[in-house]
Amino acid sequence: MEGVVSRWRVAAIQAGAIVALFAAWDYIGEHKIVSPVLLPSLRNVALRLSRIVETGAIWPHFWTTLLELLAGFALAALAGLMTGYCIGRSRLGVIVFEPLLAGLFAVPLIVFLPLFILYFGIGSSSKIAFGATYAFFPIALNTLSGVRNVEQRYVSVARSMGADRAQMFWRVLLPAALPVIVTGLRVGCIICFLSIIGSEMIASLMGLGNRIATLGEGMHTAEMFAYILFVALISLALNFGLSALERRFSRVPEAA
Amino acid sequence: MKARVLPLAQAHPRLTRLGVIAVAFLLWEIAGHTVLDRDFISPPSGILRAFPDVLGDRAIVWALTVSFFELVASFAVALVAGVAIGLPVGLHKFTLRSALPLILLAYSIPQVTILPLFILYFGIGPAAKIAFGVTHGIFPIILNVVAGVQSVEDAHLRAARSMGASRWQMFYRVVLPHVTPSLFAGMRLGMSGCLLGVLLAELYVSSGGVGQYTKLFAETFNPAALLALVFILAAMAIALNEIVRGAEKRASFWRSDAR
Repeated sequence: MEGVVSRWRVAAIQAGAIVALFAAWDYIGEHKIVSPVLLPSLRNVALRLSRIVETGAIWPHFWTTLLELLAGFALAALAGLMTGYCIGRSRLGVIVFEPLLAGLFAVPLIVFLPLFILYFGIGSSSKIAFGATYAFFPIALNTLSGVRNVEQRYVSVARSMGADRAQMFWRVLLPAALPVIVTGLRVGCIICFLSIIGSEMIASLMGLGNRIATLGEGMHTAEMFAYILFVALISLALNFGLSALERRFSRVPEAA
Repeated sequence: MKARVLPLAQAHPRLTRLGVIAVAFLLWEIAGHTVLDRDFISPPSGILRAFPDVLGDRAIVWALTVSFFELVASFAVALVAGVAIGLPVGLHKFTLRSALPLILLAYSIPQVTILPLFILYFGIGPAAKIAFGVTHGIFPIILNVVAGVQSVEDAHLRAARSMGASRWQMFYRVVLPHVTPSLFAGMRLGMSGCLLGVLLAELYVSSGGVGQYTKLFAETFNPAALLALVFILAAMAIALNEIVRGAEKRASFWRSDAR
């Protein structure tokens, strides 16, 4: 009983904190305590958001970013899964390549962004390539560790019962490694999204990140906040959706 | 042939790794002299030759120094603020359950999107870059400190209390040693976060600091200098990561699972 009560109290405090934050934001903005150029009121931002959605001004940019995300993530997933699987299957591969991959991933790859712009131009392709490169690492590393850490017993049992290569892959390796791989895919997707938005902000022609940067430079703060809110909502949705997917896949099969 | 090479490679994983890197650079060098366009990518030897030019330019060295200090400042702020927030949040069940979801919510908002705000509020100088680095570095530190406080075993706390430890003693002698290993893990993540934030802001503003030069070299088709600069930045990142990692190993010596 006590647990229920305190859970309500916690939820109330959280909701209260968020409401208070938004109320303070709105109050400061409406009464112009801070210049509206620096902090537009919440109402104004909501108005702008509804307007850019209504007039459709946001959709071309949304589609650009979404397509970049899909393409970048698909490339990263393909390359990451294949690389991770091939390396993870051999003990030597793991010993030699895992530190290399992990070490490369520790370098803030953002320093290479000028190279991507040099090679792929300022259009969508440089965003796709950059997002794919960034997302490749968590996907490859997780696939690698997923495949490597498959319980060796399962593999020997399957082999002794005469499983061929395809059966070994589809019936043993993949189901056993899937939870870790899905986590890698989730992290990769989020990283892909963020790095695409980031690279759009630095040099691009279109996309949500481009809008945020352009509006910010023009001091159209209210509209910029509207775009920021939109991107934040997308990323929250992405987070929740992928986490739900991950939970679904990480359910351990009964037999284990 | 293969049968003889494999055990050899397995016995010397480090050497094999170095070999792989060497082969990669060799292939790059060969490709650089044959198929690749010199305007877009330079072979490793060209990059090496560009190093004296890049490091000889006092303006570039100054830009690198500024970036380095921005990084150190943002990491220091993130560390102090992260511990100051993480400890109280983690120490009490009530603050933990009410505040942690809010922190996680703030963490899940993509920080890149608010980069223009930092420029708006803090100007295009180092302050904006430091502040933006802090937003990237602080969250892993908070979350790891909270996790570290959580890992304190009740039995240890009870034992300390029954032996008459004061609040301060309990904090200093029981909680703090438990927090240290995960604090360092958080510091490592926080360091890469700060790096990312500072460099992102540098590239975005590109009116001073390293970002200006990466942009300049890319736009004037000088890939050798650009790659040299990128390698210097990457080396800086790796060095800072390794420093924190070394400190992490030292601080968690007492834990059997941390090796």
